[in-house]
Amino acid sequence: MRRELLEQYARVAGEHVISHLEQLAAPLRGATIVHVNSTREGGGVAEILHKLLPLKEALDLNVRWEVLEGNPDFFACTKSFHNGLQGTPVGMPERLLSAYQDTVAANAEKLRGTLEDADFVIIHDPQPAALLQHCSGRRGHWVWRCHIDLSHPYRPVWKFLRGFVRSYDASIFSLPEFAQILDHPQYLIPPSIDPLSEKNTDLPETEVAAIFSRFGLDPELPLLVQVSRFDRFKDPLGVIAAFRLARTMIPVQLALVGGGASDDPEGQAVLAEVREASEGDPDIHVIDLPPDAHRTINAFQRAADIVLQKSLREGFGLTVTEALWKAKPVIGGDTGGIRLQVVNHQTGFRVRTPEGTALRIRYLLHHRDIMAEMGRRAREFVRENFLLTRHLQEYLSLMLALRDGDRERIELGAS
Amino acid sequence: MTARSSGEGTRQAPHFQVRDCALIAQASGRSAQNLRELAEGLRYVRIGSIYYHFWGRFLRPTFDEPEYNNDFASWTHHDLQDNTLAERLSVINPADFPDLEDLRQELVDVVEARLDESESAGWVQAPRHFYFIQAQTIVFDTGAMVEEPRQLAEVVPRMSSGSIFYHFIDAQRRTPDHTDDFSQWLADLGDRYAELRERIVAIDPYFASIRQLRGELSELLTDFFEEGQL
Repeated sequence: MRRELLEQYARVAGEHVISHLEQLAAPLRGATIVHVNSTREGGGVAEILHKLLPLKEALDLNVRWEVLEGNPDFFACTKSFHNGLQGTPVGMPERLLSAYQDTVAANAEKLRGTLEDADFVIIHDPQPAALLQHCSGRRGHWVWRCHIDLSHPYRPVWKFLRGFVRSYDASIFSLPEFAQILDHPQYLIPPSIDPLSEKNTDLPETEVAAIFSRFGLDPELPLLVQVSRFDRFKDPLGVIAAFRLARTMIPVQLALVGGGASDDPEGQAVLAEVREASEGDPDIHVIDLPPDAHRTINAFQRAADIVLQKSLREGFGLTVTEALWKAKPVIGGDTGGIRLQVVNHQTGFRVRTPEGTALRIRYLLHHRDIMAEMGRRAREFVRENFLLTRHLQEYLSLMLALRDGDRERIELGAS
Repeated sequence: MTARSSGEGTRQAPHFQVRDCALIAQASGRSAQNLRELAEGLRYVRIGSIYYHFWGRFLRPTFDEPEYNNDFASWTHHDLQDNTLAERLSVINPADFPDLEDLRQELVDVVEARLDESESAGWVQAPRHFYFIQAQTIVFDTGAMVEEPRQLAEVVPRMSSGSIFYHFIDAQRRTPDHTDDFSQWLADLGDRYAELRERIVAIDPYFASIRQLRGELSELLTDFFEEGQL
């Protein structure tokens, strides 16, 4: 079963990539690796962990995934952290900060044995960051993995979290501009998509085509799709404005496809704003999907002519990666990880305004041959750079580097 | 299969051991938003960062930009919009310098000369910072061996980007005369392959992408053995 999984990845990513993973994993066999985040469903982090763990297990690594449990005050506080770290000035009321500290302390009571015994602990995002201070008997290496755009944090929030993060042995950021002044090594590792997952696997044409009738879309009209949580940083209202501008020049329809994450209390409010803005417009389809509707999202991305991701802030933008993997050009906000993936005239266009978005929509729909070429290039770009196998290779390299010291070169032998 | 420390070369004559590599990037903690800050960073970053910004582009997610083939030149062009300096930085060929410290000094000299030329050049603020990055190199053993040079013509076209990088670019830091592993191996085999070695050494990797480099080397090997040189 395990060998079979590795062979499936080898067929997509290449035999040599699996050989690299096996060489990296060999010196780590017997070590315990624990990942901790704050939700098991919804959002990019949970999705990555769902796929990363079986692949680690297939390499005979001893890996666990723990999820923080919290009450609404805790998640209100961590959502506020999230917004603050991405640059929005937010208040930090004492009541919520207490909820944060109390929740982390309660979780630490439950997880302490597991965490203190682990050889490597990977803490994802701000929610569980304070766990480290409750594990004074820790014996392994602790790494803080930041998935969000920390390029212009609201300073009071970062100052609060930095107090926890500075004690880690290393941190990981998706892009160099997110790195901060910290005394430990800061690795730069972009996230990834799993090519074998329900979200990204090839689909029969009939299943893709069925999206139009199932959700009341017009099969004759070009389709623009933005897939993302209903979050202000994803600028769904800006997407609607861009769509309306584009529609004055070319017939087109828009699907805003979203799902909630259990650690995001603002989702419903933003969804209501989006519904209000699109009310009565037959060409705008607001579709709220459950967090496990991966295959439906896959079909939407494949049915799209152009995929939009007009974010105002973006940690990395895995929905962009997913769309590129499906050979779709992407029009994305000129921010965060979108800059790494959307290269003007190569894989799509980066934009700053609804006007710029409308202009690029119009350009691409008038140049179908360019769209096709961009799509082909986009898929290969993802194959080479943003698949789960590359992500795991970098995690394992980091663990070896932490174990063996900060050497400039690590040489691995053949089996 | 064990991790072992660096220091071993790949010249294990008579066989050529094919290796592969990957870079894992680290933020250096330094960035620049204008030319003065760039000069300051160039003076003080770890030498691995100078290496990364010249050669790291070969192994990271990007599309070829043949005009500005190191990160300093590219940032100077795209973000500072100082094309005079971008051209001067772009023409620097790292192969012309005996080691990376000399290369660092050349970069500093070129940037400072530009600052001397134009008082305002030092204070133009770029919209995006230049982030100095350094990298650790992970070297893999592919398990593949080449027993005699003729086989290179079959093996090289199938080599991964990491293998080409390791044997052609990384080798410049490891080999005694700053060349590549292929020509080092051929040198170990004696004068018989002197001409092939000369042709390989003549390839300038700096102004190509990995894909072009693999293509050029493959073509060279095929032509050499089809010509019946040996």
